[in-house]
Amino acid sequence: MRRFLSALIALGIVLFFINIISILPDYGNAQLSRVSQAFIGKKVTDSPDNVKFKESTNLEDGSANVVTSIVVNYRSFDTLGEVTVLFTSAFGIGLIIHGKKRYKYNQKPNFILRVSVGILLPIIFLFGSYVFIHGHLTPGGGFPGGTIIAAGILLLYLSNEEFDLSKTSKFVESIAGSLYIIIGLTGIAIAGIFLINFLPTGTLGNLFSSGIVPIVYTIIGFKVGAELSGLIADLHREG
Amino acid sequence: MTIVNIFIGILMVIAGIFAIEAKKVIDSFILLSIMSLLSVFLFVTMKAPDVAITEAAVGAGLTTAVLVLALKRIGGDEK
Repeated sequence: MRRFLSALIALGIVLFFINIISILPDYGNAQLSRVSQAFIGKKVTDSPDNVKFKESTNLEDGSANVVTSIVVNYRSFDTLGEVTVLFTSAFGIGLIIHGKKRYKYNQKPNFILRVSVGILLPIIFLFGSYVFIHGHLTPGGGFPGGTIIAAGILLLYLSNEEFDLSKTSKFVESIAGSLYIIIGLTGIAIAGIFLINFLPTGTLGNLFSSGIVPIVYTIIGFKVGAELSGLIADLHREG
Repeated sequence: MTIVNIFIGILMVIAGIFAIEAKKVIDSFILLSIMSLLSVFLFVTMKAPDVAITEAAVGAGLTTAVLVLALKRIGGDEK
């Protein structure tokens, strides 16, 4: 009976997803509303613009999300400062709270928690990566994506008494921070300006467009995720 | 839509006052989380989805967890 019910639920979910896929428009070909057009054209007036989704190529800044073009393209130096502020706060917590071994809750984790971690954790990591890889196309970016990944790490910490990653997170964080600076210095070497967008911007709305913006957002996603995971790891240490 | 926005704003103010006046620290954390969730709704209706997704992840999600973990580390809120 139980197996029959599980098979029925699984079949229902599969049918649901198949129906959803037939309803959804193709990737990048949705009917855009007036607000979306204003976002993509980066105009605040009602005048018609000549920037078209999926058609305009080699714009000055090729990201479809207007917030990303300000945060990572025009004001990338500002974002470097923001990442440094986050690093300083994580560093301060690591300096105050440090320990030799992992803090244990001394109770067996709940059955629901243990089972749901196995199902939900890959989906959480996938969603976090999606948020920062598509940061130049859809709302989101490195900071929320990294935070979602750190929330997944918190779920792992709560469900597994042996899990510990303080060394790994610090390694990933330092590598990502160095890569951000190296991209900025490459801009100096090629065009003479720190953190300039030196790659071709491509077609507006494609995944591989807008030059270094998706690269920088992926690096920021790894850095923020590793920093906040390291913060959670520091809070779980004692002794 | 303006009336709904004003109603949500009033609810946010009420949640903030209750967060200050709460007797137990854990109640303050939960009320702060509720305030963040209401502000996420406001950001979505005012067409700022980037801020909304950041607020939902940082303000309502991870901040509450980190505050609760810090409270557990200093040994609860009994005096």
